[in-house]
Amino acid sequence: MLGIVGYGAYIPKYRIKTAEIAKIWGKNPKEIEKGLLIKEKSVPGIDEDTITIAVEAGQNALARSGINPKDIGALFIGSESHPYAVKPSGTVVAEALNINRELRLADMEFACKAGTAAMQIILSMVKAGDIKYGMAIGADTSQGRPGDALEYSAAAGGAAFIIGKDPAAIIEDTYSFTTDTPDFWRREGENYPKHGARFTGEPSYFRHIIQATKGLLNKVGRNIEEYDYVVFHQPNGKFPVKAMKYFKVPKEKYLPGLVVDRIGNCYSGSSPIGLTAVLDIANEGDKILLTSYGSGAGSDSFSIIVTKRLKEIRDKAKKTEYYIERKQYISYGVYTKFRKKLKI
Amino acid sequence: MIKMVHRSSIPLHWRLYEPKYKLVGNKCLKCGESFFPPRNICPNCGRKGALKKIVFSGRGTIYSYTVIRTPLDGFEQQTPYVIGVIKLKEGPKIVGQIVDTEIRDITIGKEVKSVFRKIYDDSPSGLIHYGLKWVVIE
Ligand SMILES: [Zn+2]
Repeated sequence: MLGIVGYGAYIPKYRIKTAEIAKIWGKNPKEIEKGLLIKEKSVPGIDEDTITIAVEAGQNALARSGINPKDIGALFIGSESHPYAVKPSGTVVAEALNINRELRLADMEFACKAGTAAMQIILSMVKAGDIKYGMAIGADTSQGRPGDALEYSAAAGGAAFIIGKDPAAIIEDTYSFTTDTPDFWRREGENYPKHGARFTGEPSYFRHIIQATKGLLNKVGRNIEEYDYVVFHQPNGKFPVKAMKYFKVPKEKYLPGLVVDRIGNCYSGSSPIGLTAVLDIANEGDKILLTSYGSGAGSDSFSIIVTKRLKEIRDKAKKTEYYIERKQYISYGVYTKFRKKLKI
Repeated sequence: MIKMVHRSSIPLHWRLYEPKYKLVGNKCLKCGESFFPPRNICPNCGRKGALKKIVFSGRGTIYSYTVIRTPLDGFEQQTPYVIGVIKLKEGPKIVGQIVDTEIRDITIGKEVKSVFRKIYDDSPSGLIHYGLKWVVIE
């Protein structure tokens, strides 16, 4: 049986409130908060980026797994904010985590679902017997154009998963659904993404989340009611809740993995962080359904079953709730400094 | 105690990955003293010493610190920032930046742990230099 042998999250400690951003652009804070269902979002410190976030999350995953980093044979990091256009984030992360140099490594990119794509690739490599353990990380320090709707949600954080034998959570199966949908993109050299407003929502997020989730359920031969927890990608607070309602998933099954209202959309880290929050509380035998979404567009859906090992490992690193609640609020002025929007 | 090299060449940065990324130093098996950065010869035992590579735990206490308000080149965006002398649990002292902690919460004797962060970049098109900084343990 293969699956998650170690996991860990990391979220920078800085937060900016939706109301603070709205104030700057003369918008009604209440309206925006109600529209997005995001109260505040995480902001990376001035010295944090996808690489440093991946290192922190990776350290937590290693601590939980108890394995020697030298036994990790592959590292894939999914992000839309790799610090270098050319030079893989994974090279720095592997060196910092002391991972074996006999290593398969590449950076992944698929908007907000590159982290789950990395998990699938690692799972396949372990399944094929090519490697003993592999690490998949989804991490981002995403940016929205100042004044754009995305500025309220684009946040920073990441989650890492070590996949191998004797897991704390079995990955029973995965399923993906991909199309060419022009809902969101960023061209090379551009600082901020663009979105094709007409394609936001129904033809993108909902279509892919629903198709992938249905495809997975069909593949594993289960009803969604059999799952104890359901986590969907969370670009804002509204979309995942609407998708949960479509599948008639009750609140108590999705609220534990819904973190966007307190940290924003961590892009490649978004649904993976939601999964870590669920792993922090789930019990042996619990079934977890995870479906990511990446613009462009595609969704990866996972069927996960918790084993008795989870209880033994989860206290070996800081829990996701710790990182969510550990926070320091900053003003829009400090935010522009941290995000290097000031020219000095 | 080491001097913090403010700017290092790309080859020098590359050669120092072990100490800079992972706090790799060494320890003399004869007298028991630990060294960071690693030494070639034990200053206490000379040629009779036996140095062994060790990885420091990344835990320590603030031995001293100063608030920098007139930044070095490349640190303008971080101003004001705090440079501390950290006494590692294993003994050696190391100079580094203390981050993610309000200046008023930084006092001598507080426990800190290492975190992996961006130190500076050469230029917007240059290499990004990563390394360890320190945060006060909450
Ligand atoms: Zn000696």
